[in-house]
Amino acid sequence: MRLLEYQGKELFAKAGIPVPSGRVATTVEEAVQIMRDNPAPSVVKAQVLIGGRGKAGGIKFASSADDVREPAGAILGMRIANAQNPAGEVAKRVWIEQRLDIAKEMYLSITVDRASKRPIIIASSMGGMDIEEVAATNPGAIAKYPINPAGGYWPFIGRRVAKEASIPPEVTSQFVSVLGKLYALFFDCGAMLLEINPLAITKDGKLIASDAKVEIDDNAVFRRPEFEAWKSAAEDDELKARAVKAGLGENNYVGLSGDVGIIGNGAGLVMATLDAVTASGGTPANFLDVGGGAKADLMRDAVAIVTANPRVKSVFINIFGGITRGDEVAKGLVAALDGGNWSKDKLVIRLTGTNEREGREVLAKSGITAVETMNEGASRAVAIANG
Amino acid sequence: MSIFLNRSSVVIVQGITGREGLYHANRMRSYGTSVVGGVTPGKGGQTVEGFAVFDTVSEARRTTGANVSIIFVPPPFAADAIMEAADANIELIVCITEGIPVHDMLKAVSVLPANVRLIGPNCPGLVSPGESLVGIMPGHVFSSGNVGLVSRSGTLTYEIVDQLTRAGIGQTTCVGIGGDPIIGTVFTDCLSAFEKDPQTEAVVLVGEIGGTDEEDAAALIARGKFTKPVVAFIGGRSAPEGKRMGHAGAIVSGGSGTAQAKVEAFNKVRVPVADSPAQIPDLVRTALAQPATR
Repeated sequence: MRLLEYQGKELFAKAGIPVPSGRVATTVEEAVQIMRDNPAPSVVKAQVLIGGRGKAGGIKFASSADDVREPAGAILGMRIANAQNPAGEVAKRVWIEQRLDIAKEMYLSITVDRASKRPIIIASSMGGMDIEEVAATNPGAIAKYPINPAGGYWPFIGRRVAKEASIPPEVTSQFVSVLGKLYALFFDCGAMLLEINPLAITKDGKLIASDAKVEIDDNAVFRRPEFEAWKSAAEDDELKARAVKAGLGENNYVGLSGDVGIIGNGAGLVMATLDAVTASGGTPANFLDVGGGAKADLMRDAVAIVTANPRVKSVFINIFGGITRGDEVAKGLVAALDGGNWSKDKLVIRLTGTNEREGREVLAKSGITAVETMNEGASRAVAIANG
Repeated sequence: MSIFLNRSSVVIVQGITGREGLYHANRMRSYGTSVVGGVTPGKGGQTVEGFAVFDTVSEARRTTGANVSIIFVPPPFAADAIMEAADANIELIVCITEGIPVHDMLKAVSVLPANVRLIGPNCPGLVSPGESLVGIMPGHVFSSGNVGLVSRSGTLTYEIVDQLTRAGIGQTTCVGIGGDPIIGTVFTDCLSAFEKDPQTEAVVLVGEIGGTDEEDAAALIARGKFTKPVVAFIGGRSAPEGKRMGHAGAIVSGGSGTAQAKVEAFNKVRVPVADSPAQIPDLVRTALAQPATR
């Protein structure tokens, strides 16, 4: 679960990490009122999860109730897209914060390192830019330190990281303190990532988190019910929300940009199905994993969700049944077709494994023939979408 | 022969009185696995469908001599179950549960004793065909033979094994290591075990986007620590950046963990990477036919 900047800064503030003061606005009038309450040089920032908001014009400046109308109006409702996500995201909120006088920008994050199975601190004196670029062009400028959860964070770790990352000595003690608070927050909220980029040094020598990128482990959200409210603020995808309502996990539906809808049982199988569709010259419209043992109701909902996407021209359902039973899948499919306005001619199903024979019989009664293999199913679904 | 699990493995089920635990305990018993009982705190002393129930893993182990535990416990309590089994010195712990908080797993893996192996979480388990099955895999797709398999996936594993079996290629042990970012057993652990197993002549490795496990496996091969033929498949080549594809560990993040990088790592050590699961049996046949050159 990724948080918007203002949510991340709220968490930081509660944890004692210095952040610029600011307020959220969802309308131009709210923005005007915020500037009226505090007429000071401010930054008006689009609140979106997608990267590249600066380039897209999602960061503007204002210093009074009069001159905030135009930037707030421009950003609210702006669709911000980038190369990886051409569909983009609409900015429903702006964060209006105190403009900082920045002397230097650095980088600090804590994340989970899979290789060492530890939380890891990553720091660099080169901030305000893409950290992956720094890693590619100047890896020596990045300091990394895995932490043993048993021992936890101690100030000597902060001092060591500061030295290795070439953090200016005059802010080292502030750095050690901020890092300690970041570490405590990391465990407190079950985070996968806490990233401060840039961690700014102001002209008067103060360390301040100029941006806040927070990713919470989806599996830990149940321990912090207050995060649930933030979830709906951050999420944009209606179909994904429907999938969660239908009983699927947070990551079981992923919207993509193509026109071949895909449903399968098991994440690895569904990923392989996406690959098969791509290899056949098609473009997947979505990833949808119904999990193990899916009953007819869930299958029916899954088909309804995938076909609700206006871009979808064909659907490929790929089932290899272990616990999942072919007859249940077939029943759900038939129910989905009966109830909806989706033609069975645009649907391809591959059904193998438990109760395969029974499932095929159910399908046959509705005039549907299942294909034998994943590759066959993929090419047929692509042909329908392209045809 | 096999790795990690064989016909003399004695298995208890943590969560045996729950719906999932009991259903799979029965399926495992039908396969021929020696399932001697299970653990549900507070229900010790009962018997459920012929399975003895204990309050604690420690008690279960003392009474039954179990050396394997399979965990069907809901996410908020699953790490606790793992650590209890490790504390009781159960040598092989297989955790099926999906959805365990990552921080819980960071703690759990850091307290495992050296003689305890954890497989999973968020895994389908493992099977040594004809000997023992500990997990939720459908036993009928497996057959006994000379090829080992290790996979991050569940159903995709069954799909691949089914094709191998139909092609007359049987398996020594198939290990599902799971789809989470923090897991107890990784590819290199399995390869090292397969290297020592005389019956295993080749290994199929089923990877996916996210993490660097596949690259570590390729590095192990490059160092000469795994000398048998490997055939790989990497799922998620067409997955977009930044999205978790079902599995919590299946994510390309900051350009790292891409399928392309994994394919390249295997190309560099001359491990064939199948374009689709259907290609795997032929690649395995070719690999087995070659004399050992590495």
